[in-house]
Amino acid sequence: MADFETPKLRKYPTIPVLQPGATAHLQPFKAAPAHQEALGFPGELVENWEEKAVAKLKELLGKYRSLQVFLDSCVKCGACTDKCHYFLGTQDPKNMPVARQDLLRSLYRRHFTPAGKLAPDLVGAREMNQEMLDEWYSYFHQCSQCRRCSVFCPYGIDTAEISMAAREIMDSIGVGMKYTNEILGKVHKIGNNLGLPQPALEATLEDLEEDLKDDTGLDVRLPLDVKGADVLLITPSADFFAEPHIDGLLGYAKVFHAAGISWTLSSFASEAGNFSMFIGSYDQLKKTAERIRTVALELGVKRVMVGECGHAWRVAYSFWNTVAGIGHGGDDPYAQMLQKQLDPNYPAPQHICEFTDGLIREGRLKLNKEANDHRVLTFHDSCNVARGSRMSDKPGGQFELPRNIIKASCNNFVEMDPETTHEKTFCCGGGGGLLTDDLLELRVKGALPRMEALKRVVEEDGVTNMAAICAICKSQFSKVLPYYDLPGDMIVSLHQLVGDALVLGEGEA
Amino acid sequence: MGFLTGIYALLFYVVAVIAVAGLIYKIVQYRNTPAPLKIPTTPAPTTRSGVVLRLFREVVFFESLFKGAKWTWLFGWLFHFSLLLVLLRHLRYFTEPVWDWVALLQPFGLYAGITMVLGLGALWGRRLLVERIRYISRPSDHLILLLLIGIGLSGLATKFVSHTDIVGLKQFTLGLLYFDPSPLPPDLFLLVHLLLVALLILILPFSKLLHIPGIFFSPTRNQVDNPRERRHLAPWAASLDKIEGDE
Repeated sequence: MADFETPKLRKYPTIPVLQPGATAHLQPFKAAPAHQEALGFPGELVENWEEKAVAKLKELLGKYRSLQVFLDSCVKCGACTDKCHYFLGTQDPKNMPVARQDLLRSLYRRHFTPAGKLAPDLVGAREMNQEMLDEWYSYFHQCSQCRRCSVFCPYGIDTAEISMAAREIMDSIGVGMKYTNEILGKVHKIGNNLGLPQPALEATLEDLEEDLKDDTGLDVRLPLDVKGADVLLITPSADFFAEPHIDGLLGYAKVFHAAGISWTLSSFASEAGNFSMFIGSYDQLKKTAERIRTVALELGVKRVMVGECGHAWRVAYSFWNTVAGIGHGGDDPYAQMLQKQLDPNYPAPQHICEFTDGLIREGRLKLNKEANDHRVLTFHDSCNVARGSRMSDKPGGQFELPRNIIKASCNNFVEMDPETTHEKTFCCGGGGGLLTDDLLELRVKGALPRMEALKRVVEEDGVTNMAAICAICKSQFSKVLPYYDLPGDMIVSLHQLVGDALVLGEGEA
Repeated sequence: MGFLTGIYALLFYVVAVIAVAGLIYKIVQYRNTPAPLKIPTTPAPTTRSGVVLRLFREVVFFESLFKGAKWTWLFGWLFHFSLLLVLLRHLRYFTEPVWDWVALLQPFGLYAGITMVLGLGALWGRRLLVERIRYISRPSDHLILLLLIGIGLSGLATKFVSHTDIVGLKQFTLGLLYFDPSPLPPDLFLLVHLLLVALLILILPFSKLLHIPGIFFSPTRNQVDNPRERRHLAPWAASLDKIEGDE
């Protein structure tokens, strides 16, 4: 199947021994000059890049408290060393979070600390050179920015912040990653990661409406670019074409139909994903999110809602208010412009699960659980939802709501090992801008901890399906499950379960 | 004032000035560097008081470390809590008359000296024996443990090996406080102990001891989880908001 070995699933996983350099060879394709320049980055490696990298680090140290504090505070206690799925799957010691951080920390110490200037060998300070840049390019693209390490760090050091900074530094000297940077160019040009233009999107949605008609006998709509709709739904573009994502989209449509709420998708902002976070660029983050602001203003919607996507929800929940004024409580003119239009009775942005859960609680959805009786479900907490966001007013709502929805839609639900769920969940192995086939070996190996936990409930509890609320998780699992002798189609969208259980049409013509 | 007394008095004044200035510099730096995005590790508190509680649990109980590594937590907490008791015990050298509660703490502080060294020894053993921890350790990571163990052992030796003239020592420390040094008892263990302590104070702002102020400024721990209710904006980021762009 491929030129690497799939790790063996172990009944009782232990911490592996180190294999230095095991994945040093794994590097994603580099961005072409055109991809780089479209984002305002140099097309190729600039002159004096060593000095420019240090200068960029200095700039970032002044802009991000996280970076400054995290680079100073690590005591090398080692609590993070066995927490990264990529380390557990590859055994490469540079995939231990602290070792990954040290690739950048060594440069920081050399240039910005007295100890590193006076006695570099004593504190592991290193100079920027080709060898370091190669290591950076390998190992900062072997971090999915899932934040699992930050849960266990006594100082909350988040390796995601470090790898974002390192990628930003690399972009600034002309060394970018093809997958993320090419995709961002498409968003700016066309509006979504796939480069799906308006006519194609419109045709796809029309086809899907026909499918819904065949399925339900009703006119369940997938509205596009509707001015004056109450709700603007921003969802990952994979929901428009990929399996099992698409079944989730049909699920949202059925829920909106049942609730009788007017809603719309947008062709200009047809992407919830925001890959700018992966490359650590605030400018790109803002520019990408502002497409949604623009559409929200243009269509005059009262609510902005987000579909099933992990990092997109982190960006929407945690960053949209900051970078694009999509939220509440802003008193400056920029924020006010949109916020006076949004309905203060609903959170902005709102997660589709918050919406569906609310309807279930109010008894506005009629769900026939038996429709899902042929399935035994488990739920994969997506990393960015679990550790970078919230749902509902309560801390931890991001764990409760999806489970409430599954339990309201299905009779058979089983939890995986609690060491692998909730805030301790393992990344699927494809997050952080690594969902590209040039990193397939990494993706397969990084999935190991999740596969082990899943295999156990499959064998012990007869689990047939795993639900997720993230487009990247769904694509990643579809691809890697077969490597572990599990069916690729066992991964399902959460709203597919809702859609299958939802009883529509009563009282309608 | 003898030569030895003069050297040690000067040493402590110099390292105190460097450490205080260095720490103030770092704290001001942390304070003045903006955190442009909301990045608390969730689930996170939704109120200010919730954050205070979270930091309290982190600082006092090492909550996250407990989740992550039970042995490291045990030895680490044993060391830190013992060090706290030892430091409180040492207040008797800086107060006259000695406060009642400090007097009460004396025996506990003494035993804590022993458990502190035990905890440090276990942490060092882990650093030497566990492959992963050995891999991430630099010489400075070993040396700082040795420094702390050296401080602990030399301190214990002044009690258990050769009794130091603590009355003389107290006159010296009080003298330091009032800028009028008295003679330092020329006891070998005491001199070693004080020298190592001076070194530890000196490296406070230049080493991983920056985790002490760092924890309070860590955005993943000290931010309130309320990004949808409040607009969080760093000054440098605010200048990027352009209303024309919307038209």
